[in-house]
Amino acid sequence: MSENIMLPNPHKIINIINETENEYTFRVETNAKVKHGQFFQVSIPKIGEAPISVSSMGDNWVELTIRKVGKLTNEIFNLKPGDKIFMRGPYGNSFPKDDFKGKDLVVIAGGTGVSPVRSLLKYFYENPDEIRSLHFIAGFKDEKSILFKEDLKNFKTRFNTIYTLDKDKIEGFEVGLVTEHIKKIPFNTFENYNVVIVGPPVMMHFAALECLKNGVPEEKIWVSFERKMSCGVGKCGHCKINETYVCLEGPVFNYTKAKKLLD
Amino acid sequence: MSYYVSVKRMNEILKELQKHYKVYAPMRFEKRGRYSDTDLIRYAEINSIEDVVYDEKSDFSPKEVIYPITQALFYFTEYEYMESKVDDKKILIFARPCDINGFRRLDTIFLKNGGTEDIYYKRLREKIKFILMECGEGWDTCFCVSMGSNKTDDYSLAVRFENDNILVEVKDDEFTNLFVDEKEIEFTPEFVTSNPTKVNIPEIDSQELLEKIYDLDMWKSYNSRCISCGACNAVCITCSCFNTLDVIYTENGKVGERRRVQASCMHEDFTTMAGGLGFRKTAGERMRFRTLHKIYDYKARFKDEHMCVGCGRCDERCPELISFSTTINRLYDEVEKLKKGEATQTIEQTASTEEVK
Ligand SMILES: Cc1cc2nc3c(=O)[nH]c(=O)nc-3n(C[C@H](O)[C@H](O)[C@H](O)COP(=O)(O)OP(=O)(O)OC[C@H]3O[C@@H](n4cnc5c(N)ncnc54)[C@H](O)[C@@H]3O)c2cc1C
Ligand code: SF4
Ligand code: SF4
Ligand code: FES
Repeated sequence: MSENIMLPNPHKIINIINETENEYTFRVETNAKVKHGQFFQVSIPKIGEAPISVSSMGDNWVELTIRKVGKLTNEIFNLKPGDKIFMRGPYGNSFPKDDFKGKDLVVIAGGTGVSPVRSLLKYFYENPDEIRSLHFIAGFKDEKSILFKEDLKNFKTRFNTIYTLDKDKIEGFEVGLVTEHIKKIPFNTFENYNVVIVGPPVMMHFAALECLKNGVPEEKIWVSFERKMSCGVGKCGHCKINETYVCLEGPVFNYTKAKKLLD
Repeated sequence: MSYYVSVKRMNEILKELQKHYKVYAPMRFEKRGRYSDTDLIRYAEINSIEDVVYDEKSDFSPKEVIYPITQALFYFTEYEYMESKVDDKKILIFARPCDINGFRRLDTIFLKNGGTEDIYYKRLREKIKFILMECGEGWDTCFCVSMGSNKTDDYSLAVRFENDNILVEVKDDEFTNLFVDEKEIEFTPEFVTSNPTKVNIPEIDSQELLEKIYDLDMWKSYNSRCISCGACNAVCITCSCFNTLDVIYTENGKVGERRRVQASCMHEDFTTMAGGLGFRKTAGERMRFRTLHKIYDYKARFKDEHMCVGCGRCDERCPELISFSTTINRLYDEVEKLKKGEATQTIEQTASTEEVK
């Protein structure tokens, strides 16, 4: 009999970090080989299952940063270190990290969109020689919704960072949407570069347009899509756009492909 | 080899078969139809050959035999799970050519898409053999010939019903023994070669054209017409989408199961995510998705064939009398106009030409 792709396995929660009131990072024991940008189908027996991106990874753990929005995620917030969480995966493709090496990289992320690019950012933070330069624009709604405060501080020391809040004025943060800050990126000084954009659909749409306006060629832009998913393995049909399955061919798409996907 | 078998004798053979097989066929459920005093014909395990409804089209497809509306995937206790089990018996299904071809579409999704196999589908699929049911003339809403799914050689037995007798072709050696005492005759099943309903499938050959199709006004006419009930998906042999759902059995919540439940892309919440964000919000957008899925993008992905097999059940089931074959033909006309650079229909015009059977 073939392996049962629908069957999740229990994993131990090692640690829980409260990022915001509604977002916690769960460090979970696993020796799965994960690539930057992939996700797991995470579940609690008798409650339900949902796709969650890997926000960081180590030798025998991954971190999942989860926003409390509903049935499953509410329940996950009741778990404690030592408890078990069920997972299957990792699924999906990933950011082409190796193609990014030796070039300039621009990462533009909004809100929880920081989560799927965090592991990539951490990789280049720890391996700064592998990248020519890294520009990171991160936007949050307000002070309360700032994620990964510790990382943001660290990234500032090695990357060119612009952190921004939609309206609030606080130290270390600009004001305005991420799109308003894209023009500050010195695209014309780069020889060879890539741009990664992750966030809510509207934000990704306008950020990509803004990049194009600033002369960024389509094929240098990468986005990560979020769709409703029930299986993660190309069977349930929820994530399908045209002939493309986001769970299989995505969630990461080059913009040349992404712009053709018509929902 | 083919045989002339009396119904009485066929019932004895059925009993013999049922020692190793569960035998499914379209059966009549009296007064359970959509309108008062009408019957419902759907697949179920038969007890005798007389149970088989061979002269009417079934309202539901045989996909439920292998892909039930709701199905337990596994059971949970505190921190353990148990995979659901299936019967050891093999499965025989009385099926029309369109449905047998439809199973191949389900195979593609469940066994091939993404390079993984769904074991819940596979473990039953491996047990299935088909008894081909001849269609005779077919029915008004059938358009299998247009879809190229009017023929098949994927069957073990083929049958033609005649009053008290049945003509049987035996193609699978496993069943030869059962028929050795029967009278041999010349019989090979005939396939329908023309349907009253025909469809023209639009040739969509560029991204530009696809984008124009997305913007067609014709989709908007479904906003008021379609009630997003999903009945068309439920009866479709090729619809495979599902939700997963966890269920708790007891008050204290220690035991439960994860279920898979058939889902419908016509339902409003099919793409809804956190904060109510969804991608196909109107009935028209969902109709566009379903239409293109069945006659464009499945083939674009898997190359061999369109997803729709032309069984026409969706036409018969739609409470709003929306005909899918008419929708396809409408789209064809619109695409032809787009290709010629002519103006396409506006909503006002389409309202008067709404398809009513
Ligand atoms: C590839 C991918 C990666 C994701 N990564 C993360 C992550 O790292 N962290 C995180 O917090 N969330 C992530 N999500 C979103 C997460 O899957 C949903 O928020 C999750 O389904 C909520 O489950 P629930 O049972 O708690 O909510 P439900 O009780 O099921 O639903 C609550 C609300 O969320 C909606 N919802 C259902 N499915 C989704 C979905 N797939 N996406 C968004 N909303 C949904 C419901 O329609 C409802 O409005 C990701 C989604 C995808 C597709
Ligand atoms: S669509 Fe064709 S194969 Fe199917 S029932 Fe009608 S005539 Fe028979
Ligand atoms: S097309 Fe008809 S059957 Fe399908 S969802 Fe709309 S109203 Fe229901
Ligand atoms: S999540 Fe089920 S098909 Fe993509």
